[in-house]
Amino acid sequence: MATPTASSTVTPTGNTSLTVRAWRELNSDWGSDKEAFKNVPWGKAMMWIFLLSDTFIFSCFLIGYMTVRMTSTDPWPLTSDVFALEIAGQHIPLILIAIMTFILITSSGTMAMAVNYGYRGDRKKTAALMLTTAILGASFVGMQAFEWTKLIEEGVRPWGNPMGAAQFGACFFMITGFHGLHVSIGVLYLSIVAFKVWRGDYESKSMESKGMESKSAAPTDGRNYQIVEITGLYWHFVDLVWVFIFAFFYLW
Amino acid sequence: MQPSHTTPADNTQAHGQQHPIGLYLKIWGLLFVLSTLSYMVDYFHLQGYLRWFLIITFMLLKAGLIVAVFMHMLWERLAIIYAILLPPLCLLVFIGLMAAEADYTFLSRVVFFGRGPQ
Repeated sequence: MATPTASSTVTPTGNTSLTVRAWRELNSDWGSDKEAFKNVPWGKAMMWIFLLSDTFIFSCFLIGYMTVRMTSTDPWPLTSDVFALEIAGQHIPLILIAIMTFILITSSGTMAMAVNYGYRGDRKKTAALMLTTAILGASFVGMQAFEWTKLIEEGVRPWGNPMGAAQFGACFFMITGFHGLHVSIGVLYLSIVAFKVWRGDYESKSMESKGMESKSAAPTDGRNYQIVEITGLYWHFVDLVWVFIFAFFYLW
Repeated sequence: MQPSHTTPADNTQAHGQQHPIGLYLKIWGLLFVLSTLSYMVDYFHLQGYLRWFLIITFMLLKAGLIVAVFMHMLWERLAIIYAILLPPLCLLVFIGLMAAEADYTFLSRVVFFGRGPQ
Protein backbone atom coordinates (compact mmCIF):
# COMPACT_ATOMS: atom_id res chain seq x y z
CA MET A 1 0.00 0.00 0.00
CA ALA A 2 1.42 3.35 -0.96
CA THR A 3 1.68 6.08 1.61
CA PRO A 4 -1.69 7.71 1.86
CA THR A 5 -2.08 11.03 0.15
CA ALA A 6 -3.25 14.10 1.95
CA SER A 7 -6.86 13.52 0.99
CA SER A 8 -7.02 10.25 2.86
CA THR A 9 -5.62 11.44 6.13
CA VAL A 10 -7.17 14.87 6.32
CA THR A 11 -10.03 14.76 8.75
CA PRO A 12 -12.34 17.72 8.29
CA THR A 13 -13.23 19.16 11.64
CA GLY A 14 -15.99 21.48 12.63
CA ASN A 15 -19.70 20.97 12.52
CA THR A 16 -19.86 18.72 9.47
CA SER A 17 -21.83 15.61 10.29
CA LEU A 18 -20.32 12.16 10.05
CA THR A 19 -22.37 11.31 6.95
CA VAL A 20 -21.31 14.43 5.10
CA ARG A 21 -17.71 13.73 5.98
CA ALA A 22 -17.94 10.12 4.82
CA TRP A 23 -19.51 11.22 1.53
CA ARG A 24 -16.73 13.76 0.96
CA GLU A 25 -14.21 11.03 1.63
CA LEU A 26 -15.97 8.77 -0.86
CA ASN A 27 -15.88 11.48 -3.49
CA SER A 28 -12.25 12.32 -3.03
CA ASP A 29 -11.24 8.64 -2.80
CA TRP A 30 -12.85 7.73 -6.12
CA GLY A 31 -11.91 11.06 -7.72
CA SER A 32 -8.24 11.09 -6.82
CA ASP A 33 -7.31 9.09 -9.92
CA LYS A 34 -5.10 6.75 -7.89
CA GLU A 35 -6.07 4.04 -5.47
CA ALA A 36 -9.74 4.08 -4.55
CA PHE A 37 -9.36 1.80 -1.51
CA LYS A 38 -7.08 3.86 0.69
CA ASN A 39 -5.58 2.21 3.76
CA VAL A 40 -6.89 -1.11 2.47
CA PRO A 41 -4.02 -3.48 1.66
CA TRP A 42 -4.33 -4.87 -1.85
CA GLY A 43 -4.63 -8.44 -0.57
CA LYS A 44 -7.64 -7.49 1.49
CA ALA A 45 -9.29 -5.60 -1.37
CA MET A 46 -8.76 -8.60 -3.66
CA MET A 47 -10.20 -10.99 -1.07
CA TRP A 48 -13.27 -8.79 -0.79
CA ILE A 49 -13.71 -8.77 -4.56
CA PHE A 50 -13.34 -12.57 -4.66
CA LEU A 51 -15.95 -12.87 -1.91
CA LEU A 52 -18.24 -10.60 -3.88
CA SER A 53 -18.00 -12.93 -6.88
CA ASP A 54 -18.55 -15.92 -4.60
CA THR A 55 -21.66 -14.21 -3.27
CA PHE A 56 -23.06 -14.28 -6.77
CA ILE A 57 -22.27 -17.98 -7.19
CA PHE A 58 -24.00 -18.98 -3.97
CA SER A 59 -26.88 -16.67 -4.80
CA CYS A 60 -27.32 -18.41 -8.15
CA PHE A 61 -27.53 -21.76 -6.34
CA LEU A 62 -30.05 -20.46 -3.82
CA ILE A 63 -32.13 -18.73 -6.48
CA GLY A 64 -32.07 -21.92 -8.56
CA TYR A 65 -33.27 -23.79 -5.49
CA MET A 66 -36.05 -21.24 -4.98
CA THR A 67 -37.13 -21.67 -8.60
CA VAL A 68 -37.31 -25.47 -8.57
CA ARG A 69 -39.04 -25.47 -5.21
CA MET A 70 -41.65 -22.98 -6.41
CA THR A 71 -42.24 -24.81 -9.67
CA SER A 72 -42.44 -28.32 -8.24
CA THR A 73 -45.93 -29.75 -8.19
CA ASP A 74 -44.92 -32.48 -5.72
CA PRO A 75 -44.71 -31.54 -2.04
CA TRP A 76 -41.24 -30.50 -0.86
CA PRO A 77 -39.76 -32.91 1.73
CA LEU A 78 -40.11 -31.66 5.32
CA THR A 79 -36.54 -30.67 6.19
CA SER A 80 -37.47 -30.62 9.86
CA ASP A 81 -38.06 -34.40 9.70
CA VAL A 82 -35.47 -35.27 7.06
CA PHE A 83 -32.70 -33.85 9.22
CA ALA A 84 -34.03 -35.07 12.56
CA LEU A 85 -31.98 -37.41 14.72
CA GLU A 86 -32.82 -39.95 17.38
CA ILE A 87 -30.75 -39.06 20.41
CA ALA A 88 -31.25 -41.19 23.53
CA GLY A 89 -34.64 -42.29 22.29
CA GLN A 90 -35.70 -38.68 21.71
CA HIS A 91 -36.75 -37.54 18.26
CA ILE A 92 -35.18 -34.09 17.87
CA PRO A 93 -35.88 -32.17 14.64
CA LEU A 94 -33.01 -30.53 12.77
CA ILE A 95 -30.64 -31.09 15.68
CA LEU A 96 -27.56 -31.94 13.64
CA ILE A 97 -27.95 -28.80 11.55
CA ALA A 98 -28.32 -26.72 14.71
CA ILE A 99 -25.12 -28.19 16.14
CA MET A 100 -23.30 -27.52 12.85
CA THR A 101 -24.52 -23.92 12.96
CA PHE A 102 -23.21 -23.42 16.48
CA ILE A 103 -19.87 -24.98 15.57
CA LEU A 104 -19.44 -22.67 12.60
CA ILE A 105 -20.36 -19.60 14.65
CA THR A 106 -17.90 -20.65 17.34
CA SER A 107 -15.19 -21.03 14.73
CA SER A 108 -16.00 -17.53 13.48
CA GLY A 109 -15.54 -16.24 17.01
CA THR A 110 -12.13 -17.89 17.43
CA MET A 111 -11.13 -16.56 14.00
CA ALA A 112 -12.07 -12.99 14.95
CA MET A 113 -9.93 -13.31 18.07
CA ALA A 114 -7.05 -14.73 16.04
CA VAL A 115 -7.12 -11.60 13.85
CA ASN A 116 -7.10 -9.48 16.98
CA TYR A 117 -4.12 -11.26 18.53
CA GLY A 118 -2.33 -11.11 15.18
CA TYR A 119 -2.45 -7.35 15.16
CA ARG A 120 -1.31 -7.30 18.77
CA GLY A 121 1.73 -9.26 17.65
CA ASP A 122 0.94 -12.31 19.80
CA ARG A 123 2.29 -14.94 17.45
CA LYS A 124 1.53 -18.07 19.48
CA LYS A 125 -2.00 -17.14 20.51
CA THR A 126 -2.79 -16.23 16.89
CA ALA A 127 -1.55 -19.58 15.60
CA ALA A 128 -3.37 -21.48 18.34
CA LEU A 129 -6.67 -19.70 17.70
CA MET A 130 -6.37 -20.24 13.95
CA LEU A 131 -5.70 -23.91 14.53
CA THR A 132 -8.77 -24.11 16.79
CA THR A 133 -10.78 -22.52 13.99
CA ALA A 134 -9.44 -25.08 11.52
CA ILE A 135 -10.29 -27.98 13.85
CA LEU A 136 -13.84 -26.68 14.35
CA GLY A 137 -14.13 -26.33 10.57
CA ALA A 138 -12.92 -29.90 10.07
CA SER A 139 -15.50 -31.17 12.56
CA PHE A 140 -18.16 -29.29 10.61
CA VAL A 141 -17.10 -31.09 7.43
CA GLY A 142 -17.16 -34.38 9.35
CA MET A 143 -20.75 -33.81 10.42
CA GLN A 144 -21.66 -32.91 6.90
CA ALA A 145 -20.18 -36.19 5.69
CA PHE A 146 -22.31 -37.97 8.31
CA GLU A 147 -25.40 -36.10 7.11
CA TRP A 148 -24.71 -36.97 3.46
CA THR A 149 -24.19 -40.63 4.35
CA LYS A 150 -27.45 -40.72 6.28
CA LEU A 151 -29.42 -39.15 3.42
CA ILE A 152 -27.83 -41.36 0.77
CA GLU A 153 -28.70 -44.43 2.86
CA GLU A 154 -32.27 -43.19 3.04
CA GLY A 155 -32.39 -43.15 -0.73
CA VAL A 156 -31.89 -39.46 -1.49
CA ARG A 157 -30.33 -39.03 -4.93
CA PRO A 158 -29.81 -35.97 -7.12
CA TRP A 159 -32.58 -37.25 -9.39
CA GLY A 160 -35.12 -38.35 -6.82
CA ASN A 161 -35.93 -39.35 -3.26
CA PRO A 162 -38.64 -41.20 -1.38
CA MET A 163 -39.82 -38.14 0.59
CA GLY A 164 -41.23 -35.83 -2.04
CA ALA A 165 -40.18 -33.50 -4.84
CA ALA A 166 -37.42 -35.03 -6.96
CA GLN A 167 -35.48 -31.75 -7.07
CA PHE A 168 -34.76 -31.89 -3.34
CA GLY A 169 -31.68 -34.09 -3.73
CA ALA A 170 -30.11 -32.01 -6.47
CA CYS A 171 -30.52 -28.81 -4.45
CA PHE A 172 -29.25 -30.43 -1.27
CA PHE A 173 -26.12 -31.98 -2.74
CA MET A 174 -25.31 -28.95 -4.86
CA ILE A 175 -25.71 -26.29 -2.18
CA THR A 176 -24.30 -28.09 0.85
CA GLY A 177 -21.63 -29.73 -1.29
CA PHE A 178 -20.35 -26.44 -2.61
CA HIS A 179 -20.45 -24.94 0.87
CA GLY A 180 -18.66 -27.97 2.31
CA LEU A 181 -15.99 -27.59 -0.36
CA HIS A 182 -15.52 -23.98 0.76
CA VAL A 183 -15.19 -25.08 4.38
CA SER A 184 -12.65 -27.79 3.42
CA ILE A 185 -10.55 -25.33 1.45
CA GLY A 186 -10.84 -22.90 4.35
CA VAL A 187 -9.51 -25.55 6.74
CA LEU A 188 -6.48 -26.05 4.48
CA TYR A 189 -5.97 -22.32 4.06
CA LEU A 190 -6.22 -21.75 7.83
CA SER A 191 -3.80 -24.58 8.61
CA ILE A 192 -1.21 -23.24 6.19
CA VAL A 193 -1.43 -19.66 7.46
CA ALA A 194 -1.50 -20.85 11.10
CA PHE A 195 1.70 -22.82 10.48
CA LYS A 196 3.38 -19.81 8.88
CA VAL A 197 2.28 -17.55 11.74
CA TRP A 198 3.64 -20.03 14.27
CA ARG A 199 6.94 -20.24 12.37
CA GLY A 200 7.25 -16.45 12.51
CA ASP A 201 7.01 -15.73 8.81
CA TYR A 202 5.20 -12.47 9.43
CA GLU A 203 7.59 -11.09 12.05
CA SER A 204 9.72 -8.08 11.19
CA LYS A 205 12.96 -9.84 10.32
CA SER A 206 11.55 -12.38 7.95
CA MET A 207 9.30 -9.76 6.36
CA GLU A 208 12.24 -7.43 5.74
CA SER A 209 14.29 -10.12 4.09
CA LYS A 210 11.45 -10.63 1.61
CA GLY A 211 10.84 -6.92 1.15
CA MET A 212 7.30 -7.44 2.36
CA GLU A 213 7.17 -5.33 5.49
CA SER A 214 3.91 -3.52 5.93
CA LYS A 215 3.66 -0.17 4.22
CA SER A 216 0.45 0.97 5.82
CA ALA A 217 0.05 4.34 7.46
CA ALA A 218 0.54 3.32 11.06
CA PRO A 219 3.81 2.32 12.66
CA THR A 220 4.27 -1.41 12.36
CA ASP A 221 7.66 -2.52 13.68
CA GLY A 222 7.96 -4.20 10.30
CA ARG A 223 5.45 -6.83 11.35
CA ASN A 224 2.66 -7.67 8.98
CA TYR A 225 -0.25 -9.77 10.17
CA GLN A 226 -2.69 -8.63 7.50
CA ILE A 227 -2.74 -12.15 6.09
CA VAL A 228 -4.55 -13.29 9.24
CA GLU A 229 -7.29 -10.74 8.66
CA ILE A 230 -7.54 -11.73 4.98
CA THR A 231 -7.84 -15.42 5.89
CA GLY A 232 -10.40 -14.38 8.47
CA LEU A 233 -12.48 -12.61 5.82
CA TYR A 234 -12.69 -15.85 3.86
CA TRP A 235 -13.65 -17.83 6.94
CA HIS A 236 -16.33 -15.38 8.07
CA PHE A 237 -17.72 -15.46 4.55
CA VAL A 238 -18.10 -19.24 4.77
CA ASP A 239 -20.02 -18.74 8.01
CA LEU A 240 -22.08 -15.99 6.35
CA VAL A 241 -23.10 -18.29 3.50
CA TRP A 242 -24.15 -20.91 6.03
CA VAL A 243 -26.46 -18.36 7.69
CA PHE A 244 -28.32 -18.05 4.39
CA ILE A 245 -28.33 -21.80 3.67
CA PHE A 246 -29.59 -22.50 7.19
CA ALA A 247 -32.44 -20.01 6.76
CA PHE A 248 -33.50 -20.82 3.23
CA PHE A 249 -32.74 -24.50 2.80
CA TYR A 250 -33.20 -25.97 6.27
CA LEU A 251 -35.70 -23.69 8.00
CA TRP A 252 -37.91 -22.48 5.16
CA MET B 1 -23.92 0.17 19.15
CA GLN B 2 -21.16 2.60 20.05
CA PRO B 3 -18.12 1.43 18.13
CA SER B 4 -15.24 1.41 20.55
CA HIS B 5 -12.50 1.49 18.02
CA THR B 6 -9.57 3.35 16.63
CA THR B 7 -9.08 4.04 12.96
CA PRO B 8 -5.96 2.60 11.34
CA ALA B 9 -4.46 6.06 10.96
CA ASP B 10 -4.51 7.07 14.62
CA ASN B 11 -3.54 3.71 16.03
CA THR B 12 -0.10 3.83 17.50
CA GLN B 13 0.51 0.44 19.15
CA ALA B 14 -0.33 -1.73 16.19
CA HIS B 15 -1.82 -1.36 12.76
CA GLY B 16 -4.89 -2.70 11.06
CA GLN B 17 -8.16 -3.51 12.75
CA GLN B 18 -7.71 -3.32 16.48
CA HIS B 19 -10.66 -3.64 18.80
CA PRO B 20 -11.19 -4.94 22.32
CA ILE B 21 -11.66 -8.70 22.60
CA GLY B 22 -14.82 -8.12 24.62
CA LEU B 23 -16.54 -6.74 21.54
CA TYR B 24 -16.00 -10.01 19.66
CA LEU B 25 -17.23 -12.04 22.60
CA LYS B 26 -20.41 -9.96 22.80
CA ILE B 27 -21.11 -10.40 19.08
CA TRP B 28 -20.35 -14.09 19.41
CA GLY B 29 -22.93 -14.34 22.21
CA LEU B 30 -25.48 -12.44 20.13
CA LEU B 31 -24.95 -14.79 17.18
CA PHE B 32 -25.52 -17.75 19.49
CA VAL B 33 -28.75 -16.25 20.78
CA LEU B 34 -29.99 -15.44 17.28
CA SER B 35 -29.16 -18.96 16.04
CA THR B 36 -31.01 -20.47 19.00
CA LEU B 37 -34.00 -18.26 18.26
CA SER B 38 -34.10 -19.30 14.61
CA TYR B 39 -33.83 -22.95 15.65
CA MET B 40 -36.73 -22.35 18.05
CA VAL B 41 -38.84 -21.15 15.11
CA ASP B 42 -38.59 -24.66 13.72
CA TYR B 43 -38.76 -26.44 17.06
CA PHE B 44 -42.08 -24.85 17.97
CA HIS B 45 -43.47 -25.42 14.47
CA LEU B 46 -44.33 -21.81 13.75
CA GLN B 47 -45.92 -21.64 10.31
CA GLY B 48 -46.90 -19.17 7.62
CA TYR B 49 -45.90 -15.54 7.46
CA LEU B 50 -44.76 -15.43 11.08
CA ARG B 51 -42.27 -18.23 10.39
CA TRP B 52 -40.91 -16.57 7.25
CA PHE B 53 -40.74 -13.16 8.87
CA LEU B 54 -38.82 -14.51 11.88
CA ILE B 55 -36.45 -16.63 9.77
CA ILE B 56 -35.56 -13.68 7.54
CA THR B 57 -35.22 -11.27 10.46
CA PHE B 58 -32.83 -13.52 12.37
CA MET B 59 -30.92 -14.32 9.18
CA LEU B 60 -30.41 -10.66 8.30
CA LEU B 61 -29.40 -9.76 11.85
CA LYS B 62 -26.82 -12.56 11.91
CA ALA B 63 -25.49 -11.67 8.48
CA GLY B 64 -25.29 -8.01 9.45
CA LEU B 65 -23.36 -8.72 12.63
CA ILE B 66 -20.89 -10.99 10.85
CA VAL B 67 -20.21 -8.53 8.04
CA ALA B 68 -20.18 -5.43 10.22
CA VAL B 69 -18.09 -6.61 13.16
CA PHE B 70 -16.32 -9.88 12.35
CA MET B 71 -15.44 -8.75 8.83
CA HIS B 72 -14.81 -5.20 10.09
CA MET B 73 -17.01 -3.49 7.50
CA LEU B 74 -18.16 -1.08 10.23
CA TRP B 75 -14.72 0.47 10.32
CA GLU B 76 -13.87 0.45 6.62
CA ARG B 77 -14.08 3.54 4.47
CA LEU B 78 -17.23 4.24 2.51
CA ALA B 79 -15.37 3.64 -0.78
CA ILE B 80 -14.93 -0.07 -0.14
CA ILE B 81 -18.22 -0.50 1.72
CA TYR B 82 -20.16 0.64 -1.34
CA ALA B 83 -17.97 -1.26 -3.80
CA ILE B 84 -18.70 -4.52 -1.98
CA LEU B 85 -22.19 -4.11 -0.55
CA LEU B 86 -24.03 -2.41 -3.42
CA PRO B 87 -23.49 -4.95 -6.27
CA PRO B 88 -25.34 -7.79 -4.46
CA LEU B 89 -28.47 -5.62 -4.55
CA CYS B 90 -28.78 -6.63 -8.24
CA LEU B 91 -29.65 -10.06 -6.86
CA LEU B 92 -32.97 -8.70 -5.65
CA VAL B 93 -33.93 -8.05 -9.27
CA PHE B 94 -32.77 -11.56 -10.18
CA ILE B 95 -34.86 -13.05 -7.36
CA GLY B 96 -37.88 -11.07 -8.54
CA LEU B 97 -37.46 -12.25 -12.13
CA MET B 98 -37.03 -15.89 -11.18
CA ALA B 99 -39.97 -15.83 -8.78
CA ALA B 100 -42.24 -14.46 -11.51
CA GLU B 101 -40.95 -17.08 -13.93
CA ALA B 102 -41.41 -19.85 -11.35
CA ASP B 103 -45.03 -18.84 -10.76
CA TYR B 104 -45.66 -19.07 -14.47
CA THR B 105 -43.96 -22.47 -14.78
CA PHE B 106 -45.88 -23.81 -11.81
CA LEU B 107 -49.20 -22.72 -13.26
CA SER B 108 -48.43 -24.27 -16.66
CA ARG B 109 -47.46 -27.50 -14.90
CA VAL B 110 -50.68 -27.54 -12.95
CA VAL B 111 -52.61 -27.03 -16.17
CA PHE B 112 -50.59 -29.61 -18.07
CA PHE B 113 -50.32 -32.34 -15.44
CA GLY B 114 -53.80 -31.64 -14.11
CA ARG B 115 -55.40 -33.09 -17.24
CA GLY B 116 -54.40 -36.61 -16.34
CA PRO B 117 -53.65 -39.41 -18.83
CA GLN B 118 -55.31 -39.12 -22.21
